[in-house]
Amino acid sequence: MDASVSFQARRPLVTVTPHGLYCEPGGFHIDPWRPVERALITHAHGDHARSGHQRYLGTRAGEALLRRRVGADSHIDTLEYGESLKLGDVTVSFHPAGHVLGSAQVRLEHQGEVWVVSGDYKRAADPTCAPFEVVRCHTFITEATFGLPIFRWDDAREVAEDMLRWWDANRAVGRSAVLFCYALGKAQRILAELARLTDRTAFIHGALHGLVEAYRGAGVKMLPTQLVSEVEKGTSFAGALVLAPPSAGGSTWMRRFGEAETGFASGWMRVRGNRRRRGFDRGFVLSDHADWPALLRTVADTGAERVLTTHGSAEPLARYLREQGVDASPLATPFEGEAED
Amino acid sequence: MRRLADLYERLDQTTSTNAKVEALTRYFQEAPPEDAAWALYFLTGQKLKRLLTTKLLVGWTQELTGIPDWLFAEVYASVGDLAEVIALLLDNLERPSAPEELPLSLWLTQRLMPLRALDVTAQREQVVSWWRSMPRREVFLLNKMLTGELRVGVSSTLVVRALAKVAGLPAPDVAHRLMGTWTPSKEFFQQLVSPDVSDGHHSRPYPFYLASPLEQPPESLGDLSEWLVEWKWDGIRGQLIHRRGDVYLWSRGEELITDRFPEITDAAKALPEGTVLDGEVLAYEDGKPLPFARLQRRIGRQKLTPRVLAEAPAAFIAYDLLEQDGQDLRALPLRERRERLAALLKHHPAFPLSPAVEASSWEALAHTRSEARERNVEGFMLKRSSSAYLTGRKRGDWWKWKIDPFTVDAVLLYAHPGHGRRSSLYTDYTFAVWNGTDLLPVTKAYSGLTDEEIGRLDRWIRAHTREKFGPVRSVEPEQVFELHFEGIQKSPRHKSGVALRFPRIARWRTDKKPGDADSLDSLKELLHAGA
Repeated sequence: MDASVSFQARRPLVTVTPHGLYCEPGGFHIDPWRPVERALITHAHGDHARSGHQRYLGTRAGEALLRRRVGADSHIDTLEYGESLKLGDVTVSFHPAGHVLGSAQVRLEHQGEVWVVSGDYKRAADPTCAPFEVVRCHTFITEATFGLPIFRWDDAREVAEDMLRWWDANRAVGRSAVLFCYALGKAQRILAELARLTDRTAFIHGALHGLVEAYRGAGVKMLPTQLVSEVEKGTSFAGALVLAPPSAGGSTWMRRFGEAETGFASGWMRVRGNRRRRGFDRGFVLSDHADWPALLRTVADTGAERVLTTHGSAEPLARYLREQGVDASPLATPFEGEAED
Repeated sequence: MRRLADLYERLDQTTSTNAKVEALTRYFQEAPPEDAAWALYFLTGQKLKRLLTTKLLVGWTQELTGIPDWLFAEVYASVGDLAEVIALLLDNLERPSAPEELPLSLWLTQRLMPLRALDVTAQREQVVSWWRSMPRREVFLLNKMLTGELRVGVSSTLVVRALAKVAGLPAPDVAHRLMGTWTPSKEFFQQLVSPDVSDGHHSRPYPFYLASPLEQPPESLGDLSEWLVEWKWDGIRGQLIHRRGDVYLWSRGEELITDRFPEITDAAKALPEGTVLDGEVLAYEDGKPLPFARLQRRIGRQKLTPRVLAEAPAAFIAYDLLEQDGQDLRALPLRERRERLAALLKHHPAFPLSPAVEASSWEALAHTRSEARERNVEGFMLKRSSSAYLTGRKRGDWWKWKIDPFTVDAVLLYAHPGHGRRSSLYTDYTFAVWNGTDLLPVTKAYSGLTDEEIGRLDRWIRAHTREKFGPVRSVEPEQVFELHFEGIQKSPRHKSGVALRFPRIARWRTDKKPGDADSLDSLKELLHAGA
């Protein structure tokens, strides 16, 4: 960015309101948490895409997932990645965030000033979605879900190999392997990573089914899947891999698997205590968010003069960036607690 | 070190005890004995004397990673384990040297122990060079050893089970070999798992003979004169051994408790050599047993101060003589063993003989049984006078005829999922009684319902949940259960002020309404009734 131009004195292009992130000159909100007239949606996870807005604007790649989330008859306009649209005085465009299928960063340009709202993102390769694109900007609003230096991810391919070894080990002793993972994004990424290593069928919980089909519809290659509920009653699941959302853990639904080992695929599994507290046998460290090095690298890559942090470890990340000479501060949002991953 | 890291990972990656025993067994079979000895040292919860201060380790980590104090503190708060925090933070260290494998025993003797003798600069150089040469999971284990807190999260029972498998011996034999102080060495481990039992150490007790609960009417046992009746003491069943000048006191749980009861074991030195008594350790004063709660105070203490000893004086009440002059008497009829025991104890008044309870008939005996609570005993032991001292729980000759339990009607308030095969079912319950117009939790109970009832209650709990707190659900206060328990005592740690002993569910009282449940006041009355 041109260092001679400073936008520090101007009113911020994006502010936090009771409805969510708001861009006044554009007259729209980004991932708002209360109903608004016009909502730009970064991706279809429930804490970003809520129902009840009058008009939605999202990516073409994410449209099917967004519709599933907010209702089939919602008014949804879409843009291709990189395509721009003028809303009020602001030019907006979506750029791949690499988080889940159709996920985007939102770029806002107003009188020569550029802001980017990252939404959730990761820098690691993911066969189910377009890779993160660096977008240069003056102000970067970054997520900070895993904004602590203990969070570093191993290569997802290695994690998938680990998962397959785990599945095989359980298979060898006639146990089922129930792998918990978030229904949108993580489950499909696992199925896609495993498809590089095997072609065996995986069983899935009903909550995953429609989403898996949506990914197949988008051309993502994954393991063949079968719904657990479609398996004839009394059939043994010995040796099977079953994917299910974490909410199915400890429910009566689990009983049909008999002797089973449980695993959870999440960035939170990087810390041993998180896994032990939740009583999983295995934790697989696989995240759809940026790890600590990726957060720092991305902040540098954008060339932003100013960084606003949100979600998770927003405070420590901002403080660390400040100590590195970056003008950074946390952006107050009502999201608290451990984000899903 | 790599092998230990593999073991640690396997133990850490399963919640199944069988899988843990399997992993341990494999390790003990495959590891060189000198390494296995050290692994065992840590597995049984022993610690190295501190090698370094944690402050040094934290400082070096910060220097290597550039993590400021405040951020280290932030990270530590979110992880809660120093060794793990350091391993996670160092994960991105440049690792120029290829991982070099060194056996665990050499790690300990050639690397870690000598650290103490080095100055800080040399210590730093050593530790940092190890950090740079090891994969994360080994860095984690190394940190655990350096900070002296390598706990693995397996019970010693599992470790003993695995060792017994390796040795092909009964678990108690291995447990005995593990008793006392030992140095982790090749010789120690080889002896530990050696199938050769000729080492038959003189500390070894006989397997306990256990009584079965009497479920039929006592009259069905036949003529009362063929039976020896004793009070069922409410203490710790134990075997007291005096052989070759050494005294050993074993609990029924195969635990050596010699050091816990010096007044008993000191007195035992006066017994003739080659004597083994079976009996009960009791809190005992002025010729009378004290409530079990007094003995419990003793058990919970780390240090036996004179005050603790005075508060809960202990005695060993003898009821059987298993060995005399080094001869195994177990095959003799009880009548004869008891005569010998009585004759022996005449000269050793420090060991009261468990008296025979005299009664003219079973009916009269049943009447005497009602005194049990006042006497702080649990009921009667009925032993056939002609019986040999058998092994384990063999039905027929030894019965325990316990007094009827206390009962309370209480309302189900909270439910928690169980473990293992019950992990998807709500099987752990918290019950409440009335305190004025409030329901106050008084106890938890886990057992007593049939599988069918558990299933039914599980469905009811799910349909009548008020709130969830993590895994715990609070439910509508509607279901009344009859609980049985063996005793009640004051407990400042419980909100209700009382703690129940051995609570279990007797019946699901679907015929009762919550209003029919008992009150805290009626429970507290039992406190004074000698419960």
